[in-house]
Parts: sequence; C-alpha cells; structure tokens
Amino acid sequence: MSAEIKKGYIRPLDLRNGRVDMSHGSGGRAMVQLITDLFSKHFANDYLSQGNDGTLLPEAKGRIVVSTDSHVVSPLFFPGGDIGCLSVHGTVNDVAVMGATPLYLTAGFILEEGFPLKDLARIVESMAKAAKEAGVTIVAGDTKVVEQGNGDGVFITTTGLGFLPDGDELSGDRVRPGDVVLLSGTLGDHGVAIMSQRENLSFDTPILSDTAALNGLVATMLASGANLKVMRDPTRGGLAATVNEISHQSGVGIHLDEANIPVRAEVEAACELLGLDPLNIANEGKLIAICAKEDSDLLLAAMRSHPLGERSAIIGQAVEDPNCFVQIRTRFGGRRMVDWLSGEQLPRIC
Amino acid sequence: MKYVDEFRDGQLAQGLARAIAAEALPDRRYNFMEFCGGHTHAISRYGVPDLLPSNVRMIHGPGCPVCVLPIGRIDLAIMLALEKGVILCTYADTLRVPASGRLSLMRAKARGGDIRMVYSVTDAIKIARDNPNKEVVFFAIGFETTTPPTAEAIRQADSEGMKNFSVLCCHVLTPSAIINILESPEVRVLGTVPLDGFVGPAHVSTVIGSRPYEFFAEEYRKPVVIAGFEPLDVMQAILMLIRQVNEGRAEVENEFTRAVTPDGNLKAQKLVSEVFELRRTFEWRGLGEVPYSALKIRGQYAQLDAERRFNLEYKPVPDNKSCECGAILRGLKKPIDCKLFGTVCTPEDPMGSCMVSSEGACAAHYSYGRYKDAEVTL
Ligand code: SF4
Repeated sequence: MSAEIKKGYIRPLDLRNGRVDMSHGSGGRAMVQLITDLFSKHFANDYLSQGNDGTLLPEAKGRIVVSTDSHVVSPLFFPGGDIGCLSVHGTVNDVAVMGATPLYLTAGFILEEGFPLKDLARIVESMAKAAKEAGVTIVAGDTKVVEQGNGDGVFITTTGLGFLPDGDELSGDRVRPGDVVLLSGTLGDHGVAIMSQRENLSFDTPILSDTAALNGLVATMLASGANLKVMRDPTRGGLAATVNEISHQSGVGIHLDEANIPVRAEVEAACELLGLDPLNIANEGKLIAICAKEDSDLLLAAMRSHPLGERSAIIGQAVEDPNCFVQIRTRFGGRRMVDWLSGEQLPRIC
Repeated sequence: MKYVDEFRDGQLAQGLARAIAAEALPDRRYNFMEFCGGHTHAISRYGVPDLLPSNVRMIHGPGCPVCVLPIGRIDLAIMLALEKGVILCTYADTLRVPASGRLSLMRAKARGGDIRMVYSVTDAIKIARDNPNKEVVFFAIGFETTTPPTAEAIRQADSEGMKNFSVLCCHVLTPSAIINILESPEVRVLGTVPLDGFVGPAHVSTVIGSRPYEFFAEEYRKPVVIAGFEPLDVMQAILMLIRQVNEGRAEVENEFTRAVTPDGNLKAQKLVSEVFELRRTFEWRGLGEVPYSALKIRGQYAQLDAERRFNLEYKPVPDNKSCECGAILRGLKKPIDCKLFGTVCTPEDPMGSCMVSSEGACAAHYSYGRYKDAEVTL
C-alpha cells in the first residue's frame, strides 16, 4: 500500500460506553469534541455557531426580562421528565410569568467525572427538544468537569432572556384586597413524582412530573385582556411559599379555599403516606395568577381554554391584613394559617 | 383516596360541630388533652378548634416523640457521631432538635459527623450491612408504635450475629407519661390545670390496646376516648368526652374501633418484652424524671445496646431558662405565654423542642394558628 498522509485522527465520541473525564473540561481537543459532537449538534443554531467568546443577538423591541436558575435534581431522570427539559422549562417559565416572551437561553453544565456520555446525550437531546417546543433558542453555553465525588452527575444552570412590551409590568407588589387568586392546575405532581422515585414508592398509576413550558398558556392569558396583577410559578416551597411571598410584597392577607385547590388523588395518597402537604410541594408546570375580581371569570375561561390550564380554578382572594397572613379554609371546614415551610419538608414518623 | 376523604368530610364535620355545640353545657368549661402529637397535628392542620364552641378547649399533651427527647439524649447521639466516629442513623425529625452548645444533629452533621436520615430501622440495618468496617448506631425514639420494629431489628441483628450494629434506645411509654401529668400537683392538688378528659392515642393503642387506660380512668376519674388520627375521629371523640363529663362518667371508650381492640397487638407486645425491659427512671423533656416511663435493652442483647457498648454515661442538661415547653406540655401554659415564641424561637431556629416537630405545640401554633393571636391584639 502506498504511504498516505493521514489527517489528524480523533476517535469519535463514544456515546455508547464512554464517560466524562477530566479532559472534557480542560479546554483541549476533547472538550471541543464534546461541544461540537454533542451540544452544538443538538442545539444547532446560527447564534451558537458564531464561535466567539460572546454571542451577538439582534436588536429587539421591548424591555428585557432576565432570569437564571440552577438545576440539581436527583434522580436526573424521573417519571415525566429529566434534568434537561426541566432546566429549560424552569427558566422559560420564570421569564414567561413576568409577562414577557422568552426568546433565548444560555446553558452552563457542570459534569462529574465518570458520568456516562450516553446519559449526557439523553439530557442534551431532551433540552434541545424542550427548547424547540417552547420556541426558545440556546445561544450560549459552557461546560466544566469536576472530579468524581464533587458533583452529582450533572448540574445545569440556565439563564433566560425575554422581551416585555410597554405597559404595566406584572409584579408581586400590585395585589390589592379583593383581587382573586387563580391556579392553573393540580398541585404537587412534580415533587411527588421525584419523591416517590427516591422512596421507591410505586402506584397503580405512576405519578408524572408536570414539567412543562408555560409561555403558551401565559400568552393566552395575556391575550384575554384581563387586568393581571402578578403571575408566578410555584416551584420550590410550593404554593404556600409563592402565596406568602406575594402577600408580603403587596402587604395584604390572602385567604385560600382548600376545597377548590385541585390535587390528583394519587398525589394526595402519596402525600398521606409520606406525611407531606401538597401546598408545600414543588411544581414545574403550574402557575398562579392574581387579577382584579371583575376579570376573574374572563381569565379563568382563558386559562381553561389552553391544554396546560384545563384544570384551572379560582382558589382564593386577597384581603386586608396588616400581618400579611395567608390563611386557608380547610375542606374539613376549619381555618388555619399557611406558612412557609421551615427547613426541609420532612416526613413525620409517628 | 376515598378512604381518607371519608374521614375528612366537611359536611360530617359540620354535623358533629352542631352536636358538640348542642351538648356542651353553656355554663361550664371543658378542657381536654389530646395526648398524641398526631392529634395535635390533625387538630391544627384541619382547623378543628374553629369548629368547637368557645368553652371547649384542647390542650396539647406530651405525645410528640421528638418534643420529649431531653437534651442529654441528643448530646449522647451527637457524641457518638463526632467522637466515636459511628454512622448515626436517625429519623428526620430529630435532626433539628436543639442540644447542648448550640449544636443539633444537623449541625453535628455539618461538622463532619456521619449522620444519616432513615425512614425505618431496617434502613439502618442495611447501612450496617453495607459498611461492615464501621460502627452503625440507630437512634431509636418514639412511643409504643415504633418500639416493635426496633425490637424486631435487635432480634434480627442478634440472630445474624451482626458485629457493627447497635441501638441507642430512647423508647418511651405513653401510660406512664399520662399518669405523671395526672399526678402533678397542678392537676391533682392545685387544680390550676383543669383537665376533664383525654383523647387517647391512635396508633399507640393499636399496639397496647385500650386496657392500659382503664387504670387511670378509674383511679383519677378522667374519661378517655381513644381516637383515630383523622379530624373527624377527633371531633367524634370530643363529643364522646363531653357526654361522659355531662353524665359524670369516667370510662375508657374507643372511637377507633376500626383499629384498636382492648388487648391490642399481643404478638408485638410479646416481642417488645422479649427484647426490652423497663428503665427505673427516664428524663422527659418538659416532664423531668418520670419513673418506669421508658425502655432499655435487656442484658441478653447487651452487645446491641449502644449505651453499654460505648460506655455512655447520661448527663442531664437543663433547658433554656426561658423555654416554657415543660409548662406547655403539662397544659399549664400556652405557646404565646412564652417570651421567646415567634421572636427568638421559630421553627427555623428552635430554642425548645416543642418548636421542632410539626406535632409540637409551639410549632403547630406557629405554623397553623398564629393568625388567632393577631385577631386578639388588633
Ligand atoms: S416557644 Fe420555643 S422556647 Fe418557648 S416554649 Fe415553645 S419551644 Fe420553648
């Protein structure tokens, strides 16, 4: 055979059996390969391929809304989703509930040495799919590798950029006594899906995380023309934390009605077993909205017209209260306070 | 989950509320103690006091396993983790209980103690199997409900000849605590705590049965109604207590017949008495030393008893001077009577044990009932 000058050969990324190693974060060839063969391939777009230290985005109209969120969920893959789509939905939702249209995301990955590339590929594909569905583009990214034992597989931080047209902005301090609180669907699905996985609980019907991008639902709500005061997605800390934040920001009390708060029967049963309260559990595809009383039916109808808001309900009302207490009328007929959770929500033992 | 909803039905609750209001005599007061933290939680969580007339008052008793753990016991657990280098396995609730030197198990964990949260003693056994070169200690707390699983684990570890597993036993007994409250001078002589009856424990009674309560119903003339942990159970029990008081009866009645029998679970009782024996005395947080109120591991299983294995010596440590947990557990005071309530002492940074578990009187009032204090001061 005649001598042939070979091109510099790099073994392709072994997506079947390969694992992340320290060289994938070192700035050398291996890192470039990981980025081109995995991230750029799935996230492909013109901004990402500019190849400069920063990404230049086109001029846009409106005020900029920005939000950032780090995702450290365990297990990484759970019924109804994974850390990849979750990291897109979480940030898209934070931008969307400001009333803005989310357009761009950045993504930072911290990978643990030894993490299977096969799983990483699954996560990246899931992110790409979620971004596409939500209509956002991943325009910048970063990857670092930490030594084995210093991470939990994968951590993903995403930052979202969106644009807000002129006019009144939504804000947690705009709620007045009389305003009405709406919720877009069942509480607790995400948190219970994760916890039942961790605790090895199995149910006849598996509980799926509700992780979803809410910008479509938000657009429908904004289009209804209802006088919205604030929207927020009750993630960590659940509805209880979100409603307390708003009541303190606005200096009002909020009264909720437990009978009107939708909770799936399976979630309720799991909460019973684990000693948890659905009000404190994280959601990843739900929002609460507060609007002027006269517009509440209009807003409710708009929410219910969207697939992600089918089970929307009016769940409470703001009242005058200098203590800013959140109270709930229980289904049982009594009243109690709804407070932030202290510490972690821990199952009771007795 | 239909089963659960049946016991939380708002309409049934209204019906019971009407019956209670109709039968409670307007010219007398009714003070009932719910012994169990599970009842305290249900009462606060579902807003039961709202459904009671103003002359029926519920007093939160000492039946919250975390609340009655004295500082000295937590100190022992912390010492095992920090100084003896054991893997300490514990239920989540105990992690935040304040101990000496501003420590808690949670803080000891942050200082490098290998402290692991488990859901059952079986998890602890598994950890011991997975770490054959480490000493693994299970911090066993709780009333009669959690005792049989601990007994079973000790027997199993013994028959398997496990070399690295032991139990720090802090199991306590319900009837002795109730008697201690009834014997206290405030109740017996001074009458400063008017106690008209007890809502008896649910899960505990499934194990010990309803018979153990007969003694003090008779001896102290206090009616007892054993009730399930659902809010409707509690309402029904309150109604039954009111009837007993009105009729001058002091009997043990059982609202929770769907689970409690007079003799309880004999198999579990036998297991427990095989592995454990009575301690002569045990310190309860809030109640002090209570004779024959707790269990220790029998000599036959000495190598599985962390106290003997590590030569632990118990040192009682007094509570924060301003903490009123003791008086609150006895029904002498209410959480708002404590100067520290809601200011220095909150569920985020508990000073006393009643603020730790959601079953504790202070924590329950802080998280669920505080709005009522505001209504008074407004
Ligand atoms: S508020 Fe805190 S310090 Fe006061 S009695 Fe309750 S637990 Fe003790």
